[in-house]
Amino acid sequence: MVETMNKTWFLACQVQDVPENGGVCVKVKDQQIALFHFARRGEWYATQNECPHRQQMALSRGMIGSQGEEPKVACPFHKKTFSLKTGACLSGDVEAIKTYSVMVKDESVYIFMESDEI
Amino acid sequence: MKIIIIGNGMVGYKFCEKLIAKNPQGVELIVFGEEIRPAYDRVHLSEFFSGKTAKDLEMAPASWYEEHGIKLYMGDPIMHLDCQNKSVKSHAGIIETYDYLVFATGSSAFVPPIPGVEKDGVFIYRTIEDLEMMRDWAPKAKKGAVIGGGLLGLEAAKAMIDLGVSDTHVIEFAPRLMPRQIDEAGSKILQAKLESIGLHILTSTNTLEITGTDKIEGMRFQNDELLEVDMLVISAGIKPRDELAKSAGLAVGPRGGILVDSQMITSDPHILAIGECALYEGMIYGLVAPGYEMAEVAIATLLGSDKQFTGFDMSTKLKLIGIDVASFGNPFSTDEDVRSIVLEDRNKGIYKRVNISADGKMLLGGILIGDAEQYNMLLQTCKNQVVLPPNPEDIMLGSRGGESEGGAGVLSLPDEAMICSCEAVSKGDICSHVINGAENVEAIKKCTKAGTGCGGCVPMVKDIVNHTLKSQGIYVRNVICEHFDYSRQELLDLVHLHNLRSYDEVLSAHGHGDGCEVCKPLVASLIASLWNEMILDKGNDTAQDSNDRFLANIQKGGTYSVVPRIPGGEITPDKLIVIGEVAKEYHLYTKITGGQRIDLFGAHLTDLPAIWEKLIAAGFESGHAYGKALRTVKSCVGSTWCRFGLHDSVSFAIQIEERYRGIRAPHKIKGGVSGCIRECAEAQSKDFGIIATEKGWNLHVCGNGGSKPQHALLLASDIDSETCIRYIDRFLMFYIKTADPLTRTATWLNKLDGGIDYLRNVVVNDSLGLAEELESEMQKLVDNYVCEWKAAVENPEFRKRFSHFVNAPEEKDPTVNFEVLRDQKKAKAWN
Ligand SMILES: Cc1cc2nc3c(=O)[nH]c(=O)nc-3n(C[C@H](O)[C@H](O)[C@H](O)COP(=O)(O)OP(=O)(O)OC[C@H]3O[C@@H](n4cnc5c(N)ncnc54)[C@H](O)[C@@H]3O)c2cc1C
Ligand code: SF4
Ligand code: SF4
Ligand code: FES
Repeated sequence: MVETMNKTWFLACQVQDVPENGGVCVKVKDQQIALFHFARRGEWYATQNECPHRQQMALSRGMIGSQGEEPKVACPFHKKTFSLKTGACLSGDVEAIKTYSVMVKDESVYIFMESDEI
Repeated sequence: MKIIIIGNGMVGYKFCEKLIAKNPQGVELIVFGEEIRPAYDRVHLSEFFSGKTAKDLEMAPASWYEEHGIKLYMGDPIMHLDCQNKSVKSHAGIIETYDYLVFATGSSAFVPPIPGVEKDGVFIYRTIEDLEMMRDWAPKAKKGAVIGGGLLGLEAAKAMIDLGVSDTHVIEFAPRLMPRQIDEAGSKILQAKLESIGLHILTSTNTLEITGTDKIEGMRFQNDELLEVDMLVISAGIKPRDELAKSAGLAVGPRGGILVDSQMITSDPHILAIGECALYEGMIYGLVAPGYEMAEVAIATLLGSDKQFTGFDMSTKLKLIGIDVASFGNPFSTDEDVRSIVLEDRNKGIYKRVNISADGKMLLGGILIGDAEQYNMLLQTCKNQVVLPPNPEDIMLGSRGGESEGGAGVLSLPDEAMICSCEAVSKGDICSHVINGAENVEAIKKCTKAGTGCGGCVPMVKDIVNHTLKSQGIYVRNVICEHFDYSRQELLDLVHLHNLRSYDEVLSAHGHGDGCEVCKPLVASLIASLWNEMILDKGNDTAQDSNDRFLANIQKGGTYSVVPRIPGGEITPDKLIVIGEVAKEYHLYTKITGGQRIDLFGAHLTDLPAIWEKLIAAGFESGHAYGKALRTVKSCVGSTWCRFGLHDSVSFAIQIEERYRGIRAPHKIKGGVSGCIRECAEAQSKDFGIIATEKGWNLHVCGNGGSKPQHALLLASDIDSETCIRYIDRFLMFYIKTADPLTRTATWLNKLDGGIDYLRNVVVNDSLGLAEELESEMQKLVDNYVCEWKAAVENPEFRKRFSHFVNAPEEKDPTVNFEVLRDQKKAKAWN
């Protein structure tokens, strides 16, 4: 079966709105997406904002960093860490978070999302 | 040689692991397990309720078996055994023949024949599935009970409490709890402690019936009394799984268990049995360590070497609902020529008993309840027959505040001393691995497996590692994390020397990788401690802990608390009114804290700048409740009003609080000032506490409240106010410069070689010649102080960061929810 993908780029904000090496929360209809500017590596990441551990809308306020080569974010509540690439929980015991692709064009930051979610 | 193992529990798995490690040639291994998953750590089963998953508990993943050429059938029990033809048949119909067969079928929970045990809501406590069922049932239950007051029963009772069934009864048939491990006096203390945390204990109680139609509604006891319950766990002992062995004609014991000899061989020379299903000299060994030893012996038997099982020490130490319980050697001995020394402290719930030979030289056994810190030491002393010191009761008291005895303790043990009994690792093994380069506990765990079983020996392993390193002249370093190969103190010196002011600069100059949640806040705090610049400046905001980054403590639900400084706890009516007005306007929950100030909870991130603007306009400043910094200096009312007061404690507290406000340290700092010896400000529980005397002030330092209370120790007496401040300057600066991260002053002092005498020498007698430097560094920090909130609200760039949605700055987080409680709001509970 061929699945048709119906995704588009959602304009989130401007580059300067996001602190370097930190995150912000983007409102996409009823969803909250955490957007990170990993300036040290020149990379951008987006994930769900909700931490699956205690369902707190907090990941965008978490600290980012790396474990080995893996970029990660630590939830401010209990410091569970998640890979920014795969969403997998690196501290072992909660489910993975959703991740999204990010594109930067002319100082604008876009997140790749299902069209009907926007 | 083809070996079939029936049962993939802890011991069955260990058998495979140990056999593979021997790398035997020509051995084929086949495992049949009845459970649907590979073997898991049953000992830590209860952690399933505190967040561990089945995966976390796994001993090894299914792929491990595959990698080592072991054929593992899961969820497929053996139903039939034909000893004549040496073959087994599984439930799914698989037939395999063997050269040798090993029973590792473990045991099941023994369920007494009480009418009604089959009802819904009655559980046993043995497998992950049992726990899953309990977890699903518990939300519907309010009143719980556990039949059985032994080790497992009490663990099940704790699990019930963890599951939210807080009204739980423990029903024990015997006249006391844990009758097999501890004596009567010990049981009493344990019972009192368990009752004090809300468990109801019924001893000498026999359950006659479980009532209810389909689902349990209650229990009826021998005295016809009824207890209403809607959830019950039966933990009345274990029953060896010998049904298959029995039906195949193997010899079993009258009360169950497959008979084995000292080589683990059953009545059939081609069949062995190990673990909880094996009966050796009339005894079932219901612990993992002896099971592992049996696995070792069985392997020796199969590979043709000589090893005997000669019984096993059943000493145990466990934590029951936060209470240590341990027994070792012969705990009960009442022989004539045995002396027992008992220490009982009912207030603290501590009971200790040691049994000593008549000549006072040998330790024979004992019981520890409430405080089992010396368990490992005592156990080793007992097992290795180490000759006791002249006052044997000392060994029971442990460290009494003075010199730490733990270190000397491990030194006195012989090399053969078994440190980890789960994995049979001796002190000598550990030492030699340390010398060969395994320089920390994690490395030792990897290469010897010590400490990977019940974990009880880890503190001792750590001591041995450290002592061995020391004796090798190796300096033990605490590096920060994978990104910095330095200790906090080393890094502080580097940052100072190179005048670094931002996290990124420090990482580029002295670290590698991209940082993490450990080193970022640590470095950010170092920078703040050194320069006391606005913590959100120079891109340091994103290196701060979330609380520092938003200058407020994040609370359940994602809102923040607002804590204005109220120096010394003194506040004018006008300021009180402003707090009230602000709280009303922004719907904040208000509470007076232990530090004599007022917290306002439940503020939306978006509202923080506006709230602070109002507070600042009324003359308030940040209280730094979010930072590792000075919290409050608590004061009593002192000589201005109190008829006993010697000096004006409030004025002094305000002066001191304003001096040290905002200064970042390895951990939070609290102070107190009392106007006389009555100590109403509880200054001796603070990091620094000042108490008025006839002639001046007494300065105490390194006290602590919190989870490990510790009284502050006297640093200097009868000093004037100015000297007092100078000493505090030196003391705090010395602490800031030398403490490990997240270490309070009390813990820092406990680790400081030479303790308070050394500290007094540095601070009062200036033995290091640092006094002037420390004072001037402190003065610089004091001079650099600005209120962070004032700086934040006045700077549009900072202010912009205080919004929830970057693309909808006016909107608040719609997922924030509150509940009502006593006319105020509270955060919605998390699940
Ligand atoms: C909650 C709890 C806490 C505990 N705490 C401690 C502790 O703190 N310290 C300690 O030392 N011990 C503790 N124990 C005891 C410890 O778990 C056991 O001693 C240990 O698990 C025994 O290992 P075993 O392999 O002999 O049996 P098990 O681990 O029970 O494994 C036997 C396996 O064989 C399977 N099996 C049975 N019959 C068949 C068949 N016919 N075919 C195929 N498979 C079969 C079973 O399903 C089971 O999976 C605790 C036990 C529990 C339940
Ligand atoms: S400590 Fe002394 S001065 Fe202060 S309130 Fe108590 S009694 Fe009064
Ligand atoms: S004691 Fe525990 S629950 Fe209470 S405020 Fe402190 S951390 Fe929170
Ligand atoms: S809520 Fe995120 S770690 Fe607990």
